Formats: sequence, C-alpha cells, structure tokens
Amino acid sequence: MADSVFAPWNDPEAKPLIQFKGVTKRFGDFTAIDDLTQNIYEREFFALLGPSGCGKTTLMRMLAGFEEPTEGQILLNGVDIGHVPPNKRAVNMMFQSYALFPHLSVYDNIAFGLRREKKPKDEIHARVKEMLRLTRLDRFAQRKPHQISGGQRQRVALARSLAKAPKLLLLDEPLGALDKKLREETQFELMDIQEKTGTTFIIVTHDQEEAMTVASRVAVMDEGRIVQVATPDVIYEAPNSVYVADFIGDVNLIRGTARARPADSPPEAAVEPTPETKPAPPKATASTSASIAERTGPQPNTLGRALHDKLLSPIFGKWIEDEPRRLPPPSAAEAPRAAAPQTPAAPPRPQDIPPGGLEIDWSTGQAAIIAANGDPVLDGEKVVLALRPEKLGIAKTRPDAPNTLKGKVIDIAYLGNISTYHVEIEGGVMVKAQAANTRRIARRDITWEDEVWLSFTATAGVVLKDE
Amino acid sequence: MRRFSWFNATSLTLGFAFLYLPMILLVVYSFNESRLVTVWAGFSTKWYGELLQNEEFLDAAWVTLKVAFFSSTIATVLGTMAAYVMIRAGRFPGRTLFSGMIYAPLVMPEVITGLSLLLLFIGIGLDRGVLTVVLAHTTFSMCYVSVVVSSRLSTFDQALEEAALDLGASPFESFTLITLPIIAPAVISGWLLAFTLSLDDLVIASFTTGPGATTLPIKVFSAVRLGVSPEINALSTLLIGIVTVGVITASLVSKRAAVQRRREEQAAQRTA
Repeated sequence: MADSVFAPWNDPEAKPLIQFKGVTKRFGDFTAIDDLTQNIYEREFFALLGPSGCGKTTLMRMLAGFEEPTEGQILLNGVDIGHVPPNKRAVNMMFQSYALFPHLSVYDNIAFGLRREKKPKDEIHARVKEMLRLTRLDRFAQRKPHQISGGQRQRVALARSLAKAPKLLLLDEPLGALDKKLREETQFELMDIQEKTGTTFIIVTHDQEEAMTVASRVAVMDEGRIVQVATPDVIYEAPNSVYVADFIGDVNLIRGTARARPADSPPEAAVEPTPETKPAPPKATASTSASIAERTGPQPNTLGRALHDKLLSPIFGKWIEDEPRRLPPPSAAEAPRAAAPQTPAAPPRPQDIPPGGLEIDWSTGQAAIIAANGDPVLDGEKVVLALRPEKLGIAKTRPDAPNTLKGKVIDIAYLGNISTYHVEIEGGVMVKAQAANTRRIARRDITWEDEVWLSFTATAGVVLKDE
Repeated sequence: MRRFSWFNATSLTLGFAFLYLPMILLVVYSFNESRLVTVWAGFSTKWYGELLQNEEFLDAAWVTLKVAFFSSTIATVLGTMAAYVMIRAGRFPGRTLFSGMIYAPLVMPEVITGLSLLLLFIGIGLDRGVLTVVLAHTTFSMCYVSVVVSSRLSTFDQALEEAALDLGASPFESFTLITLPIIAPAVISGWLLAFTLSLDDLVIASFTTGPGATTLPIKVFSAVRLGVSPEINALSTLLIGIVTVGVITASLVSKRAAVQRRREEQAAQRTA
C-alpha cells in the first residue's frame, strides 16, 4: 500500500537526504533563517514557498554553499556540508537569471561542469548529448545564449545544472521569466525530468500555483521559519494557520468566537432561526421572509431624517419611533400564510449536519456558522473560519444547506471558466464565492446588486485560531 | 523632423571649426615645401622623408612605445584587480575610503603627481630612466583602467561567477574562464586608454625621466622651444592619422557586432 504512494516523510525508517538541524542565519542584526529544522528525502520535489524576504532564497543559497549558516548544521547524506565551498558539493543550482555563460555555446555551457571534473573527452561528449536530448536542445548545441529564446535558455540552464548528475538540484524561481503559457508547459516538463532522472529537486518560488503543481511537499515560509510543511492538498485544504490559509490561494476569512457544539444533541437548537422576539431592522435578519419585508412601512430618506432630528423634534417632540412600527395583525386572508414557517426554505435536515465540532458566532443578529470539523478545544476562543471561494454555493433562492448567508452582489470577476462573485453579506463582511461557468454568460442569472444566498456545508471551512 | 535652419548650420560650423581648424592647419603645413612654418611655398612630402632620417625622433618614438606598452599593461593588470576588489569584495572596513582614493589621482594635478614621484625615486635611490617613467605612467593610468573596468563589473551578473563555482570551478577558474572573457572588452579599452595617456604625457614624464629615456612628447616639446619645424608637423600628422584609423576601425567593428547580435536575437525570438 505504501509502495504506490510516494511519502517517505511518513516512513520513520526513511533516511533523509538533507537535514537542517537548528539552522540559523543572521546578516548583522537581521535574522534571515531562525532555528530551522527540516528533513528532505531522496527523490522529493520540495517547494519552498513564501513572500519575498521570508528567507527561502537564503535557505537555498546555504544549500548551494554561497552562504554559511551562523548556527546549526546542514547534513547531506549525513555529512555536514555547512562550511564546504560551493565547488566541492554534489549540489547544483539553476539560477533565477539562468546565469548562462554568454561567451560559450549551448554545448560548452552544458559541458562546463563536466570539464571541471577532468573527465575523458568522449565521456563528456556523451553526457552533453544526453542532456541535449533530454531537454530537446539538440538543434541549438552550437548557438550562443543570446541566439536562442527565453524558454530554450531556461532548458539550457536546467541541462547544465543536471549534467553533473547532482544528488540535489536547487531551482531558484526557475520559471519566473517565462510567460504564463510556457510556464505551465515547463512545469510539467520539470516534473517529467525530475521523475526520469530521479534527482531530488528543491524549488524556491513565490508562485503558489507553481509550488502546488510541481511539488510533492510544500513548505510555506514566513520570517525565516517554516510555518507548515505538507503535501499540496493538505496545505490547501487543511492549512494550520491563518497565514498559510491566506497565502495559499484565495480565501474568505470570517472572524468570530467559537462555541463547542454538543456531540449528540438534536441539532435543531443550533439551527433554529433567530426568533422574532427582538425584531431587527427590516432586511437585516437572514430569517425575515420577503413577504413581511414588503409590508414594512415607508422609511424616511436622509434629508427627511435630518430635518426631523435637527428641527422638528426639538420643537414638536419625536415623530419617528426608534422601534420599527409593528405590523397590524394579519387579516383573515393572510392568516394561513402567516401561520406558515417564516423561512421559505425548509431548515436543514438534522441528518445533513454531523454532530460535534464548533459553532462560530461571527456577527450579532446572524445565525452562528456551523463547523462540524472544528476542534472543540477552541471552545470560547477567538477563531477565524477560512473558507475557500469555490466551496461556497451561490443562488438566488435560499438553498437547503447547513450554513447560509444572505447578501448582495457587489462585483463579479469573470475569468472565463469561472466567475468570482464578491458578495457583501449582511453584517458588512465581503465574501468571495466562485462558480464554474457551465452555461454561456448570456444565460447567467446572477448580476450586480442582486440579492443572493451563499451556502456551504458544515465541513467546508477550516477553523483556525485567530492570531 | 525640424528643418535644418541657418542657425543650426552656423553653430555646427563654428563648433567644428573650433575643434578641428588647428589640426587641419597642422596637417596642411606638414606638406609645406618651405622651412618656415607659416609661409606656404608649395606641396611637398619631403619633411616626412626627413623625419624618417631623424635618429633622435625615431629613438624617442621607440622609447615612448616601449614605455606606453609596459606601463599600460601593468596598469591594466593592477587596475583590473583593484576594480574587481572594489566591486566584489563586499563590505570591508574603509571600502569607501579605498574606492575614493583610487579615483583621486584622476583629479590630482599632474605636476604634483610628477613631483611626488620624483621625490620618491630620489628617496629610494632609483636611477631615473625608462623604468621610472614606466612606473610613473603605471601609477597615473592605473586609476583610469580601474574606472573603466569597474563600471563594466558593476553591471556584471554575479550569478555567472556563482554558477561557475556551483559547477565545480575553483575561484581562479571562474575568474579566468568566465569573468575575464566577459569583461574583456572593458579591459582592452582600459588598456588602450592607458596606452594613449602614456603616449602623450609630457608633465609626469619630464619629472621622472632621465638620460636615454626621452619620450616623444618631451622631444617635441624641446624641439618646439627652438622653433617649430615642419618635421614636427609631419610627425603630428602621422599621429593624427594613426589615431583616426584606430578610432574608426574600433567603432565600425563594435557597430557591426551590435547589429549582428540584434539580428541573431530577433531570429531567436522568431524561431521560439
């Protein structure tokens, strides 16, 4: 079973290729890497991801030998390489700028490292030919770097760094200089080459999509520390902090206070719509039905209210009630409708919502959000619900879901395959929801200023401790 | 496009006349038949013939070339090393002071440089001759080389050297195999600059020269003090000719290389 899945980091027997042991790097007062400990295994495609200045490049330069750790050890196959100069390490690097030697041909660029090893000529020739074939550069062997295109240069840089068959290949933002389409192609090429050669790759990038695409594991870095190391799906679906959730992909962060949900109690108590005992202003409560909202008395406009507050009420006393006017009791004709449940959609069926987890009170007057996957330890804590836009449904009528939010469409970003809706939900929070454009745009029924319902399951979000 | 107005034409003529009239005059009079420099007596190339017979001038020219060659070569090596350290060595105490001090001789009056070198040579008991002139010229042309080379090095992508190290080259190999070939044009132009500076230096050479080490500028200067002879005009014309040919060749070569490179880059983009 374990054979089919490549996950040496879960195998306690596996011997790591690279070990960082309490590595710290300081430049003067500035701490670039802060007491970092991490194992990287053979054949891994390990991505270091983080914003600029998070220390990822320093970490890579320490592996290449261009920087020495201030404290701690870096082991390669169990040997401390912290103070070995770069030209004596079995580690090669592909530079962000490619750093191709402009006065040498493609062939000589690739042969450069092999010639330094004083290998026999025919052996060098065979290896260079192999590298040219691997990177599909055979036709360009005699060209100079300025005579080939950006994508080809990128492949020359890759071939050159792979030619010496290093144990570890470091890639510093390898695709940053390529345009989007070429970058995507090259990502797959990189994965292919990594698989063919069986080399361990460490890639530094600030592009989270790139990291997720190519890597077997992603390490998210911030201020010289690794915040989370996990496979791309775990990083995305189960981030361990608000920082990671926010850094990777698009996310809605809803802040609130957690309350433990009873593990087995009837869930009705939790999802009961807010009773009408203290009526909120019209249109403010999710559970207020449209029919009642229509019957609210006319509201004064701002000029009228100012006139009233400044001029009329000091003289004549209050004309406008603070409390909204109570509606008259339903007439005989209206009686059957008024007796019906106030929400047009049926409340969520109990069996849809797994018991346990947390409820999050995020806005007064709003129903709590149910997060059945929340850790009950967080009971009473300030928490953040991280909710991916694609996990939210958007509809014009209230859907049957454990969590629903009502709001108004403020903005629509049309991306072709998907659309992102920016919805201002009651309580003033902006929430992004994504929907696949399975229909042609002309038939899309949601548009700007529409009142919509956002819905999500009880396990769609991740509950994180607020920082 | 603006029309080419009379005003433009006038200022262009005036400017170029200011620059080149003296030289044209010199070239014209070098073909003068008369011994009197300012009286035109018909076309002749006899002064060129006499120049080639003049042992003193030929000796001085030979000395000058030797001095220029050795001093510019030493200055190029030292200046390149200094530039490399200034750009590459990162921060070290007194770095700003050092880089300032490298450029200081550029603005130092030559009289002072010459005098101080003379005092030094006397102080250490070095007999004045070709060697002292070479040393003196090395001293002042080194900073020109270092300016030229360091401006090239400052735009040199340090990743290239790191890549060479990363691929197993020793620091020395990475300098000789990668850095030097790439900055070679700057090093060569630094050498040429030092060579020309040494060729025409009069002040420092006269301070530091000794018996048997009369350079051409010193020779010309002392000859002129006895009266301008058409021979000197001929000599100067030859020098102007050599310099002109050199400059035009160099600019044509570099322009052709640039055009070639642009064409190749465009071709690379098309085939991509």
